[in-house]
Amino acid sequence: MKLIDLRKVFALSFALAFVAGCSTAPTDTTGVENGGYDAETSVGAETSGLSAEELERRRLEQEQRAREGEDAALREVRVFYFDFDSNIVKPEAHLPLQAHAAYLQANPNVRVVLNGYGDERGTKEYNLALGERRAKAVERFLVVSGASASQIEVVSYGEEFPADPGHNEEAWAKNRRVELVYQ
Amino acid sequence: MIDCKGFRMVHIKPIWLLMVFLGVLATMPARAELVIEITQGSREAIPVAIVPFANRTGNALPEDIAKIVSDDLQRTGQFNPLDQRRMLSLPSSSTEVFFRDWRMLGQRYLLIGSIDPAGPGRYQVRAELYDVNTSERILGEVVAGSEKSLRDLAHLISDLVYEALTGVKGVFSTKIAYVTLHRGANGASRYQLEVADADGRNANVILTSDQPIMSPSWSPDARQLAYVSFEGKRPAIYIQEIASGRRTKLTNFRGLNSAPTWSPDGRSLAMALSKDGNAEIYIMDIQTKKLERITNHWAIDTEPAWSPDGRTLVFTSDRGGGPQIYKVDLAGSRKETRLTFEGNYNSRPRFSPDGKKLYFVHQRAGAFRMASMDLQSGELSILSDTSLDESPSVAPNGSMLIYGTSKGGQGVLAVIAVETGAKFLLPSRQGEVREPAWSPFLK
Repeated sequence: MKLIDLRKVFALSFALAFVAGCSTAPTDTTGVENGGYDAETSVGAETSGLSAEELERRRLEQEQRAREGEDAALREVRVFYFDFDSNIVKPEAHLPLQAHAAYLQANPNVRVVLNGYGDERGTKEYNLALGERRAKAVERFLVVSGASASQIEVVSYGEEFPADPGHNEEAWAKNRRVELVYQ
Repeated sequence: MIDCKGFRMVHIKPIWLLMVFLGVLATMPARAELVIEITQGSREAIPVAIVPFANRTGNALPEDIAKIVSDDLQRTGQFNPLDQRRMLSLPSSSTEVFFRDWRMLGQRYLLIGSIDPAGPGRYQVRAELYDVNTSERILGEVVAGSEKSLRDLAHLISDLVYEALTGVKGVFSTKIAYVTLHRGANGASRYQLEVADADGRNANVILTSDQPIMSPSWSPDARQLAYVSFEGKRPAIYIQEIASGRRTKLTNFRGLNSAPTWSPDGRSLAMALSKDGNAEIYIMDIQTKKLERITNHWAIDTEPAWSPDGRTLVFTSDRGGGPQIYKVDLAGSRKETRLTFEGNYNSRPRFSPDGKKLYFVHQRAGAFRMASMDLQSGELSILSDTSLDESPSVAPNGSMLIYGTSKGGQGVLAVIAVETGAKFLLPSRQGEVREPAWSPFLK
């Protein structure tokens, strides 16, 4: 069940990533809808007089470059948050994780460690296991998206090293997380 | 033990003195002092007068024996020591005792004593306990040791008095292990595994690391600790001899290496590993390092604890949706049975020494509290009024429960006297303190 769900999500996210990839302002989500038109018009303006094939080739090249830039920006996202007692990878984590997976797939010698963390509520050893389960959910997402399991190691710290030392809902939300660390 | 003029002679084992001495040398500046804050007394406490012990040594002594014994007994909630300022006389031998005075003050028992020289650098402490109503002597003891061991001698007297009055062995000479955490201004963390007296004093650092140290567990002979250390940024289970510091890495499997607990026969450790996929319970033979897998479930299985007879393991599993406590019969069918049904979060179980009760963390109305459950009736009781409780550990005589909680945003240790409901905190003077483990009786 879980695999099927993830693939569906993957396909949908990939489509979104493709559209987003044309945008020149990757962090600006409002740019997603008309980003494609901007790219096309600018290509057309510079290259009048070239053949249709050449135009198409350059357009794809530009898209590729834009997508790479977008992916690099997405790969800056390395912390992924979770709900209380949950190991479900949230939708906002999908695009960044796919970018990491694509990078890992393209660079088979690169290794990452996924560090799992929980908030301070509940018992330390159970939270350690919960942190691991979260990190493993992220690992599965990366593998389904093209990374190799041999590139990924999971280490759970549970309640240790809170991102926010506070003792309230806001702090706990920041502490239930998985951090992706390139080695 | 030697009989001496009607007194029993008790000597402190040199191994413990050596241990304390070595520990102090190695770790003086960094150890965390724990201080006691009594948060709740008990109403049914027995009135007992503990008279300041006469100092006949000719030297100023670093410790007040009567004060230490008085504090020890008071913390149990079973005794209410008389304020020294209300005493009409300060006897130190039987001929100086006027029982009528103590009856008038409403006292049930009277403890008197003295400290005498016993050779170079050594003292002997004499203690006599009387029943005020019958005027009978219940106890006469002489204990001896160096000046440095005066606190230990006082705790020994507390143990003897407690046992004489309750019939239950005292735990004042036992130890607690715990983890401290100091966060530096530069964001660096310093974790320390420490061992201290049961009253939080005489702390000795066993291990220091900039990575987490977790889950200390005592060997049944109280000579070794098992724990998890993340040094090298990967978790591993170690066992360490406390006196020598000699240690062995038992596991560093891929994934979790967590929650070691020593079997009552001292031969094995139960632990949670995820090397075969996800968190499962295993038992490792310490000699052969052979592993036996106990659970096999896609859910989290962790936090194993042994029944005192070693025949049952209890553990936390979220196979039912949220964390609940299960047991597995090691001798028989290996069937796994759910034990807790009240509430949606019950975890990290520990048995009472008689095997009749479980202590664990229970969530109610958003707060994580210490709870106990009678295994016969299934009845659950909430014991604490703190809200971020974890890591319960039971004193070897079953009278007290120590656990980690939070006060003012800092991790502190808390103790509940389970019979009387008396409570006290053991905060660290600096940094956080967490994950207490109460030692077995010292041999």
